[in-house]
Amino acid sequence: MNETIEQIANQEYKYGFVTDIESDVIAPGLNEDVVRLISEKKGEPEWLLEWRLKAFRHWLTMSEPAWANVRINPIDYQAIRYYSAPKQKKTLNSLDEVDPELRKTFEKLGISLEEQKRLSGVAVDAVFDSVSVATTFRVELAKRGVIFCSFSEAVREHPELVRKYLGSVVPITDNFYATLNSAVFSDGSFCYIPKGVRCPMELSTYFRINSAGTGQFERTLIVADEGAYVSYLEGCTAPMRDENQLHAAVVELVALDSATIKYSTVQNWYPGDKEGRGGIYNFVTKRGKAFRKAKVSWTQVETGSAITWKYPSCILQGDDSVGEFYSVALTNNHQQADTGTKMIHIGKNTRSTIVSKGISAGRGQNTYRGEVKIMKSAENARNYSQCDSLLLGDKCGAHTFPYIEVRNSTATMEHEASTSKIGEDQLFYCQQRGISAEDAVSMIVNGFCREVFRELPMEFAVEAQKLLGVSLEGSVG
Amino acid sequence: MLEIKNLKAGIDGKEILKGIDLSIQPGEVHAIMGPNGSGKSTLANVLAGRPHYEVLGGEVLYEGKDLFSMPAEERAREGVFLAMQYPVEIPGVNNTYFLKAALNAVRKHRGEEELDAMEFLQLARQKMKVVDLDESFLNRGVNEGFSGGEKKRNEIFQMAVLDPKLAILDETDSGLDIDALRIVAEGVNQLRSEKHAVLVITHYQRLLSYLVPDFVHVLANGQIVRSGGKELAMELEQKGYEWLEQEVAATS
Repeated sequence: MNETIEQIANQEYKYGFVTDIESDVIAPGLNEDVVRLISEKKGEPEWLLEWRLKAFRHWLTMSEPAWANVRINPIDYQAIRYYSAPKQKKTLNSLDEVDPELRKTFEKLGISLEEQKRLSGVAVDAVFDSVSVATTFRVELAKRGVIFCSFSEAVREHPELVRKYLGSVVPITDNFYATLNSAVFSDGSFCYIPKGVRCPMELSTYFRINSAGTGQFERTLIVADEGAYVSYLEGCTAPMRDENQLHAAVVELVALDSATIKYSTVQNWYPGDKEGRGGIYNFVTKRGKAFRKAKVSWTQVETGSAITWKYPSCILQGDDSVGEFYSVALTNNHQQADTGTKMIHIGKNTRSTIVSKGISAGRGQNTYRGEVKIMKSAENARNYSQCDSLLLGDKCGAHTFPYIEVRNSTATMEHEASTSKIGEDQLFYCQQRGISAEDAVSMIVNGFCREVFRELPMEFAVEAQKLLGVSLEGSVG
Repeated sequence: MLEIKNLKAGIDGKEILKGIDLSIQPGEVHAIMGPNGSGKSTLANVLAGRPHYEVLGGEVLYEGKDLFSMPAEERAREGVFLAMQYPVEIPGVNNTYFLKAALNAVRKHRGEEELDAMEFLQLARQKMKVVDLDESFLNRGVNEGFSGGEKKRNEIFQMAVLDPKLAILDETDSGLDIDALRIVAEGVNQLRSEKHAVLVITHYQRLLSYLVPDFVHVLANGQIVRSGGKELAMELEQKGYEWLEQEVAATS
């Protein structure tokens, strides 16, 4: 059994290549001038520069959070390069103008920027190091009034929307990494779905860190206006490098009255090697605000990164709003994950569901940390939480820290938790029916994650299953 | 089909089977009876290759091949099936998916074409009737939330689908009411043919009224102390095991 687990554990990271491309980079280090330089390079308006500077000055007063259940090598913030962009013509009129090397990179990753994506009906925004290089399906989306573009473009073309919602869910003073992001973010995706519109296709952003010594600080802002619906996907990979690279993103979701935002992530940043050298530090702040009758749903499959520190959360502001969090986090070798969610119930009759599945293998450490807060105003709030951990082998760990704070006695809270080991009995049962040990482990792990996978859009679910190093499960039923 | 020669085996360094000899031919149904702790389940598990069970001596030939040189999954693919005493739950793994994967692994091994989803469903629906299982079972997780009786019937259903050459039933009757017992026995009877052999391990005679064996062996203290026809089971039912154990003690 241990051999099988080791085989699965030792599958190579196949996205570890580096693209040889000329980049426009700035020197490592961080001070007000760097913030000004980034803003200038992006041709930003004065208000945004002020916003960044305010964040930067606040950041100087903050220190790194130490409460997470992870061991972090000290990060030298002056050694990081805060801007790196692939050199290309200033403006692109069509996808044909994207640098061929860059296109090859995304093709290698299985992300075709060509219009053939039409077949699968997914619009893609590709972010390479610090900037968005291409967004597909712009015209088609525009017909319905959907805005889907890079963050920089949004600042230029829809400043009123950006200004209104930027920082409205994750304020610039929120936490160390989010505040850093607010000061130095380089690009990201912006999305606006107008009133009553159901976005006709899945929207997707693909993030790639390429340059060495570079941090990636992207910012995603999604606004679904009243009654709108959007399903958004996010994928990420990075080259294999011996050093740790910092990824500190911020994602803000705004679901106005009766709107629904479904946000799915398959995170596969480079996890470091078997000895725990290198890998991405994935310190991300994701939060959604749901107004009256709105719904914010997070689904994440976290298999990459040396350290994952993220808590996609929901502020259930409006009455009858709904928050969901479905998560699979896999830690292997020396990976560490401290992940979970926060559900803040403010409105009446607000409901939230949390389903977290942690899988630990090798020497991986997996922590679920969640907080459910029922405010005084939240009459008849309901929460259901379920946290399950699966251990493969005997050198890994699983930890669960659920915090519950209830200030209204009409609340209904349910919490279930379990920890199990892939049992020899389960494995033997499969083998006794003729199934190989390797297929059996895949099957058992997949079965464990089933409740989360079924929340993912079809093609992402397939990718997620492959990512767990498994053969396809659920082809029937 | 199966030749067990002076088999010694145990668990955690403790010898439980102390020299078993048994020969099973195609078409035969053998019953192994015996008191608790006599080594019945050890025999079933060591034949199927469950981890932690160690072979300490002797040999077992299955269709002329050394059984112990094959890993558990290969024994299964060669046609050895163990209906377990305590079938485990595998949450979230769809019953249909599980059994289809198992059947196709066996078929591939036999050089037969794999069944697609529709073909498999047809076969499964047909075999479900044998054990009187509802079709909703196909969409549930493997043994997930099944009652004791449902788990046992599911074992027999799996057996019917996989069509093994040698079926070993490890106390499949334990915890079953009389109706379920009849259903399970009926399922096994349908498997009986000139090509199939069955080894039934049981504590009680009652299963054997529905599933009539050709041979009955009594296991006590890790050895077969008496072999006979189906009437031996009756005798045990009346007199209990003590009688035999005393007799064995007196002659040794």
